[in-house]
Amino acid sequence: MSSPERWTQPQPAGTPAATAARPTSEQVIAGLRATSEGGPELVQLLTPEGERVHHPEFDVDFSDEELRGLYRDMVLVRRADREANALQRQGQLGLWVPLLGQEAAQIGAGRALRPEDMAFPGYREHGVAWCRGISPKDIMGMWRGTDHGSWDPVERRFHLYTIVIGNQCLNATGYAMGQRFEGKVGDDNGEATMVFFGDGATSQGDVHEAFVWASVYDAPLVFFCQNNQWAISEPTERQTRLPLYQRARGYGFPGIRVDGNDVLASLAVSRWALEECRHGNGPVLIEAFTYRMDAHTTSDDATRYRHSDELEAWKLKDPIERVRVHLSRNGIADHDWFDAVQAEADELAAELREHVYNLPDPPTERMFDHVYAEANPVLAAQRDEFLSYMSTFAGGEH
Amino acid sequence: MTTTRKTTYREAVREALRDALSRDERVFLMGEDIGRYGGCYAVSLGLLEEFGPERIRDTPLSESAFVGAGIGAALVGMRPVVEIMTVNFSLLALDQIVNNAATMPHMSGGQFSIPLVIRMTTGAGRQLAAQHSHSLEGWYAHIPGLRVVAPATVADARGMLWTALCDPDPVLIFEHASLYNTAATLAEQLAPVDIDHAAVRRAGTDVTVITYGGTLAKSLEAAEEVAAAGVDAEVIDLRALRPLDDATIMDSVRRTHRAVVVDEGWRSGSLAAEISARITEQAFYDLDAPVERVCTVETPIPYAQHLERAALPQQSDIVAAVRRVVAGGG
Ligand SMILES: Cc1ncc(C[n+]2csc(CCOP(=O)(O)OP(=O)(O)O)c2C)c(N)n1
Ligand SMILES: [Mg+2]
Repeated sequence: MSSPERWTQPQPAGTPAATAARPTSEQVIAGLRATSEGGPELVQLLTPEGERVHHPEFDVDFSDEELRGLYRDMVLVRRADREANALQRQGQLGLWVPLLGQEAAQIGAGRALRPEDMAFPGYREHGVAWCRGISPKDIMGMWRGTDHGSWDPVERRFHLYTIVIGNQCLNATGYAMGQRFEGKVGDDNGEATMVFFGDGATSQGDVHEAFVWASVYDAPLVFFCQNNQWAISEPTERQTRLPLYQRARGYGFPGIRVDGNDVLASLAVSRWALEECRHGNGPVLIEAFTYRMDAHTTSDDATRYRHSDELEAWKLKDPIERVRVHLSRNGIADHDWFDAVQAEADELAAELREHVYNLPDPPTERMFDHVYAEANPVLAAQRDEFLSYMSTFAGGEH
Repeated sequence: MTTTRKTTYREAVREALRDALSRDERVFLMGEDIGRYGGCYAVSLGLLEEFGPERIRDTPLSESAFVGAGIGAALVGMRPVVEIMTVNFSLLALDQIVNNAATMPHMSGGQFSIPLVIRMTTGAGRQLAAQHSHSLEGWYAHIPGLRVVAPATVADARGMLWTALCDPDPVLIFEHASLYNTAATLAEQLAPVDIDHAAVRRAGTDVTVITYGGTLAKSLEAAEEVAAAGVDAEVIDLRALRPLDDATIMDSVRRTHRAVVVDEGWRSGSLAAEISARITEQAFYDLDAPVERVCTVETPIPYAQHLERAALPQQSDIVAAVRRVVAGGG
């Protein structure tokens, strides 16, 4: 991605159809290099080897406690994620959308948010949810179909998950415009909004429109794009020639590419961007350069479209491992502490499992709830008709 | 003598696509994840390897763009087949479909035609929650200028695509997600399939059950169930949702004097409402009982499996409706 030619290279003409679907080994290597290198503008504070590096603009001093806290967050959300994935495999959840590999991007952004800030997630933001004080139990209950997300978005300052790609960006724009309208922007105590979306989403008209709107209304909005290199089976090259963060320029606001596998950099850049927005200098685009280490969802089989070498290369940039190395090498945490975090993670997983097994099935008539904010006579009639019809079946079986 | 072979609905759509790509080099496919991945319902699996990336195009993630570009490609003389993952996401392309594809031939005084085919999945029943499960084909059937078809059988899945491609107008093909794994025996020698007429899938004398797409199988099973109790139901598969084939419907209702419309859409303002109104307009004096409708409850489709099941028209609901109309009237 560092070489601009890469973005303008035409498809070789006359590629034999039969081989076109499978890249050549040169293409694979070129692709690996391109996807694993964020380019010269990548903001990084902790290398994959766990070495702390400094950045002229985005440097933050982290206390030992903060560093340990970030590590713990990532370990716990990964453990919850793996548990949920396994529970789906056992038929306990309808679907699961793994966050594996994106812990640093999400925990960094999530921990940069202040309690009064607002966040609009996509469907993979379990790590951000964690930072907003939402238990993985609530997320799992939703994917089990017990409810439609039992957290209070107003209290938690974390909106509902969004499934239709990109459309939350417009809602977040409107929300941020509202924050400005209400005079909540302009000083250190200002509020801001952060919206999460993927590399694929950047091709949607809604996202373009959100960029335009946020820009012309100076909305206090941080666009947090997790470029995990894939939109289901389509690589980022299918969405853009230009590195995504550079798009911001065309809309007239800053765009920054951060190492999305570096929790320190993700936090530092997010904090900076939120500060800008709080003070009325928004919007800002952050492209967190990361990797989706698991399948798109539990219904996907990623081996159908990507090579395992790519995953192996990204494993070397694991977001958690580099923090672990940094903590132990610098004596910030010892063996016992790591063991304790691991034990806490296992305990969390056991608790989640138990919780999911015991979630009650919602009553069938629940489907008539909340279609409108207030009781609606037409719907009430349908509900009554439904209940009396159900009662005609022995044992209530439909 | 004709030879036959067993084919799934999914394979039938794929064969139809392969056939079209082979027959006419102007045909190409566009959509999300249709190439390398083979389509989110694995319909186009293997076609990229066979026809190459120029003709099997994985597009950027933007429904409005690939439908709009499909219209442009049709204008220049290509024969695009656009795949939208589900009807729910076609809403992002509604402007292109309704304001452009449906109106250009008329507004250009017939100077343009838009021979565009848009395939999409519709319907619920796979526990994918509201934003993946709605049945909005009835909306499209409201729009003049569009042709809307819903193949419910393997043979129609195999045959309708080519007819749609030969049609000068934009054709929307709705494939109910529950159908892809269904299988049937197809003749080796295929005859052309029309996209104008409804089909009587089960002949009967006591009541007409009118349906299409994902509820055809349930309706046929319901017909078998009531047959055991001595009620002989005729089952009509609409096949074409716009324009509707009134003649087949009325001919049947005039014989049976009773009608039940089964539609996975919501009742209010639905295709079922339209059919019921037409029966009232055209065959009112032939009816022995009011027309019954079996539709989805008017809520967003629930995610939990047992709620989803309860929300959708089921065989038992169809049986109950048939019993009511047969018991009612004279
Ligand atoms: C409007 C719309 N079109 C298509 C889909 C199907 N779909 C779900 S996720 C996805 C890929 C999204 O990729 P990206 O934005 O990179 O996010 P990621 O899943 O990688 O986090 C697609 C095409 C959808 N949910 N909504
Ligand atoms: Mg992505």
